[in-house]
Amino acid sequence: MSTTTFKTNPQGQVGRSVSRVESHAKVTGRADYTHNLVLPRMLTGKIFRSTVAHGHIRAIDTSAAAQLPGVHAVVTGQDILRIIPDPYYGPAFHDQPILALGKVHYVGEPVAVVLADDPHIAEEACALIVVDYDELPAVFDEMEAGKSEVIVHERLKPAGTFPDLKHLAGRTNTNIALDFHLQRGDVAKAFAEADHVFEHTFRTQQVMHTPMEPMVSIAEPGHQQITIHTASQSPSFVRIEIARLLGWQENQVRVRTGTLGGGFGAKLYIKLEALVTALALMTRRPVKIALTMEEQFFTITKHASTFRMKTAVRKDGTITGRECEVWWNGGAAADIGPRVTQKSGFTAPGPYDIENVKVDSYAVYTNLPPAGAFRGFGIPQLVWAYESQSDIMARALKMDPVAFRLKNFLRDGRPQATGTIMHEAALHLVLERTASRMKWDQPFQKGTGTLRRGRGIGLGFKALVAPTTSVAMINLSGDGSCIVYSSTVEMGQGSDTAIAMMAGEVLGIAAEKIKVSRPDTDITPYDMATLGSRSTFHMGHAVRLAAEDVLHKLRDLAAEVGEADSSPANTATLLRKKFGMQAGNVIGVGSYIPPYTPPNYENGQSDNITPNWMVGACGVEVEVDTETGHVKILRMENVVDCGTPINPKIVETQISGAAIMQIGISMFEEMVFDENGQLRNASFSEYKIPGIQDIPPAMGNEVAQAQQSNGPFGAKGVGESATFGVASALAEAIEDAVGVRLTSLPLKPEAIYRAMAAVRGEPLDTP
Amino acid sequence: MTTATHPLHFTLNGERVSTAIAPHETLLDTLRNRFELYGARESCGQGLCGSCTVMVDGQPVSGCLSLALTAEGCEVTTIEQEVHPDGKLDAVQQAFIDCGAFQCGFCTPGFILMSRDLLSRNPSPSDEEIREHLSGNLCRCGAYPEIVQAVQQAAVMLRQG
Repeated sequence: MSTTTFKTNPQGQVGRSVSRVESHAKVTGRADYTHNLVLPRMLTGKIFRSTVAHGHIRAIDTSAAAQLPGVHAVVTGQDILRIIPDPYYGPAFHDQPILALGKVHYVGEPVAVVLADDPHIAEEACALIVVDYDELPAVFDEMEAGKSEVIVHERLKPAGTFPDLKHLAGRTNTNIALDFHLQRGDVAKAFAEADHVFEHTFRTQQVMHTPMEPMVSIAEPGHQQITIHTASQSPSFVRIEIARLLGWQENQVRVRTGTLGGGFGAKLYIKLEALVTALALMTRRPVKIALTMEEQFFTITKHASTFRMKTAVRKDGTITGRECEVWWNGGAAADIGPRVTQKSGFTAPGPYDIENVKVDSYAVYTNLPPAGAFRGFGIPQLVWAYESQSDIMARALKMDPVAFRLKNFLRDGRPQATGTIMHEAALHLVLERTASRMKWDQPFQKGTGTLRRGRGIGLGFKALVAPTTSVAMINLSGDGSCIVYSSTVEMGQGSDTAIAMMAGEVLGIAAEKIKVSRPDTDITPYDMATLGSRSTFHMGHAVRLAAEDVLHKLRDLAAEVGEADSSPANTATLLRKKFGMQAGNVIGVGSYIPPYTPPNYENGQSDNITPNWMVGACGVEVEVDTETGHVKILRMENVVDCGTPINPKIVETQISGAAIMQIGISMFEEMVFDENGQLRNASFSEYKIPGIQDIPPAMGNEVAQAQQSNGPFGAKGVGESATFGVASALAEAIEDAVGVRLTSLPLKPEAIYRAMAAVRGEPLDTP
Repeated sequence: MTTATHPLHFTLNGERVSTAIAPHETLLDTLRNRFELYGARESCGQGLCGSCTVMVDGQPVSGCLSLALTAEGCEVTTIEQEVHPDGKLDAVQQAFIDCGAFQCGFCTPGFILMSRDLLSRNPSPSDEEIREHLSGNLCRCGAYPEIVQAVQQAAVMLRQG
């Protein structure tokens, strides 16, 4: 990847390859993870979880657990009510009780907590709790749940945050937590007039983020205030939601985050924070709950989905109509699922210029562990479907799959399915660069005997989440040194470094000399959350504006003290002149929210659905063993449009890291449930994530030479883009190699082998 | 169960130490709770991810599976051990920074200790040998390509002295 061509200002910070500012702490084992935090007189909590998928709680017997020596207390949902009378939380719906009340909705739902000094004792005591349930029928499949008589939540309770959920308030007898509809043109007419109509159903499986630092929160009570130390991607949201639950002012709740040992969407909104808050207020002692890897699987996951897609195509390969019906399996709590349903939903027809489109996207409750945000926010599920169908159609029309896509891609100036006019989405360039890196136009050796080779390519796009706000502060001290105050959470994506670089670009200070503070809601200003590749764009703008505010204030100060040089380098002199000694500060503030028009409720149309589009493509070459169905990825090429990369070195690792994560989700990760909704593989011994042996021997990453003119320094986000194209490219490569098409993830050897046997006319028995 | 009645003596990062522990304590518990060393971390809790790696008598050990009592009389080394007396980073740590071989950093101490372990046995490993030796360490951020590169760079630096 070229690191110099993007550099906008030769003396500047943006476009330099800078090592992470927290590098030293990370290689010496000193990084400040919340995982490591110990407070005086701290109690540890262990969660007792539901063993049934759906049922009324008849009785909870905690007596034996409470009597175990070393146990401080055993707490149930009824106890929580004394502290928080309405203990239901959630970003979209208030559907999660802090501990179960009356009913449990999935296996793994928190029912009680044991508090002890020693976590091993708390764990032992948990095993002594006995709960008697009246079991109810449960529903697990998203398609069934849409029409089921089994109802997960009796009454829908929208949080009130999102206007498009308000109409669902009080609704009963439904599992549908959001229905999003988009319509443009006349699909019925398009299908009637089409030369070809293709109809397929694509499925994705439930998976878990498995951040290496499992979720952890500590609440520290004070007098009419509380401090929450938490491995959270959204400290500002935690503060607002805890204040709401307690009926307190925001300034009574202080939320602090450390370095996060990975997030990927798992640590967003509220997870353990409400629980530790209630426990700390109850015991008047600090309380820590640190999940095990196993427990993470019962806390938040990625939506399983079913996508029915029907497409009208002309003989020449022009797509003229597309109907999309997407069902998102949200599990037993909506979490942010309704936003996934809408924000991703409106891109379901893909990055194609289609006259007639219709989208129906449904968030559905089931009796499975909750699903929410996961790197890509629903986009990887959609790209899997629309790019798989692109390949199927190209094959049927005997067109080259790259040519088929280039023919149909949206061009700048054309309306996307929402009606928003496309601008600066480098779809053609990104695909052409991927094809070029794959040497797509050259002959390809398909292999012989039992080892067959194939290749595939795919592209996806994502609208940056809108409308969201970031605020930043920059403080120059008496000696002119600089601290940036931001609530963006460093979780491995390199945000501290990018923020230092963007502040430094404006101020003319080297990024290495700038300190970026940890999020602390008593100190750092509001930020919506660290999610959806939004920080570079939103916080980037806020930091830029704060730095420009500093420059403005320095000019005022210089005029006041009669100095000509108002540059940040002269800050110490200016402040000394004003205060007579090394004293004072120059503080700049910036806040940013991009313009946005919400989609019309009836037809999903909007003239400004997003500030920008992120694009990612992937090409793969695979080798399939026809005797086992085993797939080896021989080569992978990832290309993204992220505008100008702020820090090319870290951008490249974001691209390859995202693609590697998506290899796991495409090829082998899968949460497996039995018929009672019991998860059978909630640990690394039975749930495999990519290891160092799973990396393709040849792997290339590239940032396409594109601009994002409304971005800070020409930049837009990149953390998710390389997840988009992986899964469908692999499925196409497998078909190219051995002639079978899989439409469900993951692409396991067994599924490939079964499909090959079926094609041979020797179908295997189903297990 | 918590009564810390069992004496334990061992060498920790070059220093002789003594403490009293409960019999059920893992080596990881003891290092974190009694010596406040947080570089080794529990992630999977099954000895499968390598985040809790520490060296015991020169051998890598999963601290989350190893009972602390088994460390009696042993030499235990963690990521906090300074390789150079002036606190300067060693070749492996520096190479991890230079190559961008970590993102969130949670698994990094385990990877660094295992990389040092490999290079002490094999100063010129092939990429394949690196992957083989590090196959028991997991990185959810997927920094694997950069990790292989970093170990190669560290090998060159160490060979050149």
